[in-house]
Amino acid sequence: MNKIFKYSFFDLIRSRWTLVYLAFYLLLTFALLTLTPDTSKVVISLMNIILLLVPLIASMFSVIYSYNSREFVELLLAQPIPRRQIFLGQYLGVASSLALSYLLGIGIPFLVFGILGSAQLGHFLTLLLVGLLLSFIFSALAFLIALKHDNKLKGFGLTILVWLFFAVIYDGLFLVAMMWFRDYPLDNFALGASLLNPIDLSRMLILLKLDIAALLGYTGAVFQQFFGSSMGILLSVGCLLLWIGVPVWRIYRISGRRDF
Amino acid sequence: MISIEHLSKSFGKNTVLRDVSLELKAANISAILGPNGSGKTTLIKSILGMVIPDQGTISVQGQPIRGKHKYRDQIDYLSQIARFPENLKVRELLRMIQDLRTRKAYPDALIARFELEPFMETRLGHLSGGTRQKVNLVQAFMYDSPIIILDEPTSGLDPVATLRLKELILKEREKGKLILITSHIMSFVEEMAEDIVFLLDGHIHFEGSCDELKEKYHASQLETAIARMMMRTENNPHHEQNIQI
Repeated sequence: MNKIFKYSFFDLIRSRWTLVYLAFYLLLTFALLTLTPDTSKVVISLMNIILLLVPLIASMFSVIYSYNSREFVELLLAQPIPRRQIFLGQYLGVASSLALSYLLGIGIPFLVFGILGSAQLGHFLTLLLVGLLLSFIFSALAFLIALKHDNKLKGFGLTILVWLFFAVIYDGLFLVAMMWFRDYPLDNFALGASLLNPIDLSRMLILLKLDIAALLGYTGAVFQQFFGSSMGILLSVGCLLLWIGVPVWRIYRISGRRDF
Repeated sequence: MISIEHLSKSFGKNTVLRDVSLELKAANISAILGPNGSGKTTLIKSILGMVIPDQGTISVQGQPIRGKHKYRDQIDYLSQIARFPENLKVRELLRMIQDLRTRKAYPDALIARFELEPFMETRLGHLSGGTRQKVNLVQAFMYDSPIIILDEPTSGLDPVATLRLKELILKEREKGKLILITSHIMSFVEEMAEDIVFLLDGHIHFEGSCDELKEKYHASQLETAIARMMMRTENNPHHEQNIQI
């Protein structure tokens, strides 16, 4: 797996699109940091962009890579290596190269603006962590979809739908549910519903860290009330890791038994 | 070398291979022929473990292959469509594939044979189809494995490269290897193959030497023999499928 990982990773970090992705984050972060001296405001602005953009780019990039490398995978399958290693290696290669672009694109500007000595270091690190986790989550979901569907169009469609669902539709449904059942105690429902969406979970993680969760909605308040900040953060990270673990486990299972 | 027993495979409702049994021996060039969709590629992919059969067993060098991967070290494979990671250079690709296998590779003579030296530092995405196929040939032939499987080896090649490929195949045959070819170019098959396996609707319809096939259908050329064989099956009410080669 290491070898497949190494080569996918090196193939991708030289791709034009990875560089464009990196350049975009560099520009955006530098611009925001130049415009506002208040780092926690920059973290919130970046959060709003990252929560939509990282999942979108990670899933599109991964699904395209996965379909484009179909024929090459056939060549790899003919080599004396276990087939599961091929898919896990490719997934890790793609997700890591995306994560690296993100890490450098956000990290370098903050370092230049002296984040290391600042009191906002914790917020910045949370932002970094969330972006990295989201890259791995949505890349895994996209790889899983591409592995399950031979039809490219179907695969692309589903990937976009998954992103749209978690980024937009889910929150809408959530609000509608809250409206309909407002006469009932909804605390546990709200908690449960947030755990099921990795994007909401990430938002929660950052807001809990910024200690302004109660200001930004009902769920945040419930989260803080129930778990206190550190417990809530642990739970969110745990759930986000599950969001990586389950799709990766599915990729592992399916790649062992499907036909190519 | 390769023995296939009662192999069956369906994709959904579509049955591709029905109870195929086949014995392939060393020091031989065999061609697997058949119309589009007759199961040639599925048969080859089953040998390579890419397709998992519904029924039947395949053994390579006496060992059943199901769930195994190490046996593939005995097989060199040329896939039908040559597409590689676009940002890798030719040299890096060859190094990568060598890295994945334990067997020692000898790419230099092949690079010279197919005149690939000027392209070694070129990214694979910038190569023409024919050149990519040459790279594909180099990666397939660079090990000294006892079994070589070639799926449409001549596609995209110019006459010079095709000639070099033919010489190469004969050279490997001299070393006592088993070479398995699928091709739509009948003249190529006639020139190279000693034995023919003709698949039709997932069955083995004919198995024997090239000469036997020609004799059976009173033809001087392989193409004619195969056309006659297919026309007879077409007239046979049991096979009503549209056959084209």
